[in-house]
Amino acid sequence: MNWEAIITTLKLATATATILAVIGLPISYWVAFSKLRWKFLVEAVVALPLVLPPTVLGFYVLVAMGPRSPFGHWYESLTGHGLPFTLEGLVIASTLYSLPFAVQPVAAAFRSIDRRMVEASWTLGVSSWGTFFRVIVPQAKAGLVAGFVLSFAHTVGEFGVVLMVGGNIPGVTRTISIHVYDEVQSMDYASAGMTSLALLVFSFLILSLVYSLTPRRDRIF
Amino acid sequence: MLNAEIAKTFKSGVQVRASLHLPPGPSVTVLFGASGAGKTTLLRCIAGLEQLTAGKIVFSGDVWADASKRRHIPTQKRPIGYLFQDYALFPHLNVRDNIGFGIHHLAPGVRSERIRTTAATLQIEDLLERQPDELSGGQQQRVALARVLVREPGLLLLDEPLSALDGVARGHVRSELARLLRRLQIPAIIVTHDWVDALTLGDRLHVMSRGVVLQEGSPQEVFAKPQYAEVASAVGMENLVVGHVLERTADVLKLRVGTAELYAADQQGDHTDYFVCIRGENVTLETGRAGQSSARNNLRGRVKEISPTGSLVKVIVDVGFEIVALVTHQAVTDMQLFPGVEVFAVFKASAVHLIPRTV
Repeated sequence: MNWEAIITTLKLATATATILAVIGLPISYWVAFSKLRWKFLVEAVVALPLVLPPTVLGFYVLVAMGPRSPFGHWYESLTGHGLPFTLEGLVIASTLYSLPFAVQPVAAAFRSIDRRMVEASWTLGVSSWGTFFRVIVPQAKAGLVAGFVLSFAHTVGEFGVVLMVGGNIPGVTRTISIHVYDEVQSMDYASAGMTSLALLVFSFLILSLVYSLTPRRDRIF
Repeated sequence: MLNAEIAKTFKSGVQVRASLHLPPGPSVTVLFGASGAGKTTLLRCIAGLEQLTAGKIVFSGDVWADASKRRHIPTQKRPIGYLFQDYALFPHLNVRDNIGFGIHHLAPGVRSERIRTTAATLQIEDLLERQPDELSGGQQQRVALARVLVREPGLLLLDEPLSALDGVARGHVRSELARLLRRLQIPAIIVTHDWVDALTLGDRLHVMSRGVVLQEGSPQEVFAKPQYAEVASAVGMENLVVGHVLERTADVLKLRVGTAELYAADQQGDHTDYFVCIRGENVTLETGRAGQSSARNNLRGRVKEISPTGSLVKVIVDVGFEIVALVTHQAVTDMQLFPGVEVFAVFKASAVHLIPRTV
């Protein structure tokens, strides 16, 4: 077992899932309740990472972060170093890549809340913010947990985007999935088998947890 | 009190248009009509859950909505108590937290005291730690009422408060609600499609159909003299009068109606006043002295009016109150009925249907 790769992976997944929990919440709310006609465009953008090849997504993120892009330039002038091939860069890329896994379960949970619960809260004098935190969030708890766990797990299993944006720097950007690839490249099948098995068991446990928490009607996969 | 001119047009083209004027004081106004008549839309407009397309809503001098000035006071700022049709209790909160939901801003001591007194009013003190899904329909209704009343609203809006209940429970909860509304002294608007609810709970009645108000008056007036066939068929009782109990025996009840006395087999609890309902088909007319009959009610009177309605003839006889009998054209001819003729109106005690009346 390569503990360095495991720790890098856990750091990346925790940071990504936490950021997604924060920015995914308003996006999910908007996707669930907005009545705008062009809402489907935003829904499509959010779902894009599900179908886009990771290398394509990785390529765009790499270009957007590069020193020639305004964002990359600004970041470099702020911190003194560029984003590509750093853990921060990986976190940004993973956040985009795992967005649908954070948004869809939460949006589904929001949608399944009885509209009348929200109206009942309003008629009891509670503001929209108060209603969000006291009625909507508590009732969507299972969806919120599912969103966090799925975005965490999906980040753990990432390969293409990590390779494009982070490269393969031990202790910085080398994650477990890349480690397995390296082991296979160097013909170390025994070691690759162990790591793969660990990832398989981990993924199975995570999905079991998500399915046990999510009511049947709210399932999206 | 409440003056509302409401016009609401939905994207689907459905229109609701009505004027509501509630007199000052704690009266109960019923919006009555079949589903789809626009009753709930009116209620939602008053609550601010729907925006007006045109019109104006003024409550105790405060403008709640004015479409011409694009004014819309949000629901949260209107001193209303809205009871949802299926009660909409929060499933993630127990009864205590459901009741306290709308008074979150009060100090904890004041809040728990208010919850306690409101729960006592509704006799649900022993349910406070339960979850909503552990309550019966009647209990859920009380909790939902408590949640609304704890905020001391100026206007109660009740959307089909009894439709989630069945048979026996419904009758019981209906009487409870009638008593509670009398005691609370808060003006209320109730939406219902059930004429017994309307009769029992309402002081004023607005009959709605396809988005407009057809008829208004006291419930008894409207149901006894419906101007529209759909009102008449909703009630299905040609005779609807008020009766006071004179005597109660094991099997029958003797009631005074107008200056007449009649017997009813229907017991319906131990109230002192009832709405007395008799179907016109169940009233037989006899000329001359009737012989021995099993029918307990044998009221003498004079024919006041004869008018054909469809295949039958409606004969109104003054027997101390005006009773309607539905008989065939042939019977009118054979008996030589015309206004002024003396007849007996005969009906069984079991043909008298009683609805408790809260005085």
